[in-house]
Amino acid sequence: MTQISVRVDGTPYDDDVEPRTLLVHYLREQLGKVGTVVGCDTSNCGACTVHLDGEAVKSCTVFAVQADGCEVTTIEGISPNGTLHPMQKAFHEMHGLQCGFCTPGMIMASIDLVNDNPDPSEDEVREGIEGNLCRCTGYQNIVRAVQQAAGEMHGRSTAGDTLGAQS
Amino acid sequence: MTLVEEPTAAGTAPEKEIGRARRRKEDARLITGRTTWTDNMVLPGMLHLAVVRSPVAHGKITSIDVSAAQQAPGVVAVLTGRDVADEQGSLPCAWPVTPDMVNPGHPSIAVDEVNHVGEAVAVIVARSKVAAQDAVELVDVDYDLLPVVLDMEQAVEPGADLTHDHTSSNTSYHFVFDAGEAGTGGDTEQAFADAEVVVSRRFVQQRLIPAFMEPRSVVVQPQGDNYTLWSSTQIPHILRVMLAMVTGVPEHKLRVIAPDVGGGFGGKITPTPEEVITLLVARRLGKPIKWTETRSESLMTAHHGRDQIQFIDVAADREGNVKGLRVRLLADMGAYLRLITPGIPALGAFMFPGIYKFPAYRFECDGVFTNKVPTDAYRGAGRPEATFAIERIMDELAVELGMDPLEVRRKNWIQAAEFPFTTVAGLQYDSGDYEQATQDALDLFGYAELRAEQQRRRESGDPVQLGIGFSTFTEMCGLAPSRVLGSLSFGAGGWESASIRMLPTGKVEVVTGSTPHGQGHETAWSQLVADSLGVPFEDVEVLHGDTSISSRGLDTYGSRSLVVGGSAVVKAADKVVAKARKIAAHLLEASEDDLEFSGGTFSVRGTPGTGLGIQEIALAVFAAHNYPEGIEPSIDAEATFDPENFSFPHGTHLCAMEVDTDTGLVKIRKYACVDDIGTIVNPLIVEGQVHGGLAQGIAQALYEEAVYDADGNLTTGTFVDYLVPSAADLPHFDTGNTVHTAPGNPIGAKGVGEAGCIASTPAVVNAAIDAVRHLGVSDIRMPLTPERVWRAIHHGGDGGDRASARTNAQAVDSSEGPSTQGGNR
Repeated sequence: MTQISVRVDGTPYDDDVEPRTLLVHYLREQLGKVGTVVGCDTSNCGACTVHLDGEAVKSCTVFAVQADGCEVTTIEGISPNGTLHPMQKAFHEMHGLQCGFCTPGMIMASIDLVNDNPDPSEDEVREGIEGNLCRCTGYQNIVRAVQQAAGEMHGRSTAGDTLGAQS
Repeated sequence: MTLVEEPTAAGTAPEKEIGRARRRKEDARLITGRTTWTDNMVLPGMLHLAVVRSPVAHGKITSIDVSAAQQAPGVVAVLTGRDVADEQGSLPCAWPVTPDMVNPGHPSIAVDEVNHVGEAVAVIVARSKVAAQDAVELVDVDYDLLPVVLDMEQAVEPGADLTHDHTSSNTSYHFVFDAGEAGTGGDTEQAFADAEVVVSRRFVQQRLIPAFMEPRSVVVQPQGDNYTLWSSTQIPHILRVMLAMVTGVPEHKLRVIAPDVGGGFGGKITPTPEEVITLLVARRLGKPIKWTETRSESLMTAHHGRDQIQFIDVAADREGNVKGLRVRLLADMGAYLRLITPGIPALGAFMFPGIYKFPAYRFECDGVFTNKVPTDAYRGAGRPEATFAIERIMDELAVELGMDPLEVRRKNWIQAAEFPFTTVAGLQYDSGDYEQATQDALDLFGYAELRAEQQRRRESGDPVQLGIGFSTFTEMCGLAPSRVLGSLSFGAGGWESASIRMLPTGKVEVVTGSTPHGQGHETAWSQLVADSLGVPFEDVEVLHGDTSISSRGLDTYGSRSLVVGGSAVVKAADKVVAKARKIAAHLLEASEDDLEFSGGTFSVRGTPGTGLGIQEIALAVFAAHNYPEGIEPSIDAEATFDPENFSFPHGTHLCAMEVDTDTGLVKIRKYACVDDIGTIVNPLIVEGQVHGGLAQGIAQALYEEAVYDADGNLTTGTFVDYLVPSAADLPHFDTGNTVHTAPGNPIGAKGVGEAGCIASTPAVVNAAIDAVRHLGVSDIRMPLTPERVWRAIHHGGDGGDRASARTNAQAVDSSEGPSTQGGNR
């Protein structure tokens, strides 16, 4: 066992972990942060994406011990209770989810994308989230959501966006 | 069309909810991570289960040594097939499509013989998930290897090796539908004998994997002689019945809950070995047990879909009028029959004629066993396969006749004035207008410009060629009609149940038997009830997926939820209003006949200001101080809906495809579709369903294939190899609708869950072939990888002639396939 100190969603934790424990398993099984999920075992699907010191990582490719001394933010910590982050709001507004299993990772990856690129084009969004798989939506409404959230996160007006617009 | 949600003023009756782009109620928990996936569940004393799986595709188990595993840290128990042989029964198959169908039996844990790679041979129960997983490596199993059966065409040859050595052949069943014999069409053989033109093709429907995003998970909690089972399933109600029958746990002692379920697409429609095992282990140990699969386990052992070899012949005259259709299928069952494995191709049997007026039709299908994971439902389930074959061969017929592919379709499709139309397969198509949907789609697509560009590229010899593909499709949805399902030998009905509980504060609980896993039932059902009862959308809560709360139901598949389940909700709401009317008449001291009900309020006709709201009536019957003699003090109601016919969504899908003739790379340039799904309750949800369906249909055409090597190992066993498309792999979709309401249900809806997936695949392949047909290409094997496209262009054939493809469906050029001669094989 190895001792680690991490802050997760603003709360400090000191815990003993097995060296082989993945960050996602530490979050889910030791901290009960089950908002972050496991969708594959080859780091393809991105469902487990969290922020490690502000950068998106797939928490199945990070050992818990590597997070020692770091700040981890999960889907449960991106907005104060009862409020929504602009990205969460946009996924809801634009119907960017169906079953919702990929959604936490998709939102965390998208926030990171928009932090790096405040005004991504459709193609840039598609390329930017290609490490996150969704089986339900066909991605079109996710792309819309990310672009809408980018506008709100960077102070641009999103008035006139069409919702549920066909074609 | 721009749809903007407007908030409802508190306490006032809403505008009409049906047709409104309501944002989903479900999202609140899903976007914040406050979810209840089965794997999130932690119970006191819970033990974890891991499965030891066969590394061989076919073999006798000669010995299993579990002693090392039993000694491993944290391990509580190790069980083999022999340990549970007397109690595990056989996994159920509910669809004996023919009376003499061979079902080899399906143990949850193999006892003597394994029949596919990944089959369970033992289970480890341990105090932690990692301890269980670590001990898997310590179980030592010896196998005597047996011949591996993989190729269907070889498997049906006389003297072929056997998938199961206790069966006499690899054929499970031979299913025939002959329109001449059924009295729904003419003599098919005569039609072909008389035909001026016959076009024959062999198409391969590759094996696909549903690949829902949430891996399957099961938790069982024993409580005395009661058991609660949580599972990531589409079918909690059917699962409860089936588990009771299989394990002997009495049905009334078993509660099944499907909490938040992360996608299904048919992949969670069948009772699984792991559900049975987890229940048996919990019963044996008296402890809560959890099993959650890894993605690799999921791809290797959760059921697959499609996997057919299709021989299809169409007869026509020189003017392009179709005269007959003949189909022979080989359908891969895999090693075992799961819940509706054999029925999938039979469902497709009735859809091969598509939207065309064939005067004669004969269908035959052999269900074939191979040493692969079983197949079962995958989005569309039989109908995508049928739609692909007919829409591909209509293009080939057009080429043979030198006609425009759209013109051949138009010449033969059912006209709007002819609905309801009884097809050669005996189905009565309900409503629609194929011409209108096609015209709208052409407009949305920019057809003329794309054709002009195609011409320019062809003339200039551009290495990147452009092609346009059509799919003018219909499908049968809303499974349902119980009597029809009975006539097809399906083991259950197709009704759906709903109940409505009016709470004292006027809030409404709607209980539905249709269990969602991403479809948005909570939102759409709230819209239905808000309209029917005249209550605010926000005042409705939809309960589902727990057999203790929703005791009657047949769950979610076959685009049935809104059509059947939603209709049950509307029927229940109608009953609530009828019961409330009696109370209202009593309290308003008026005759029932003088009451009108509008916007949630009963009022006496012609007497302004006399209203009594249905939510107030709910409180009045709760208090029950003052209600009429002879009736019960309740306005709650329950309804079961069983339609008399399927519903038949249709649409026209158009794909423009760029094909790089130097590299074989294909790229969708534009995709447009117009679907007619009847009444649209929530356009946002409808659009999302179409998008997601398109993605999966396009994925079949371009990316996905479950490939086995010559030993029966799945070589596409991770998301590295099995190519679920990302956002970067898919185009923007232009979608639209026409609306011809379905006459068979009170909503007028036809179902939308599978439309995009059924329609898109042939449009995409037709487009790619149209781009390179002038180079001599007449077919390309799916998925259209750059390698296959390049081979088809430069070496001829369908491009599928490569070693790794041979084990699934041996590469035979279309022209070399055996002809279908009325079943003489």
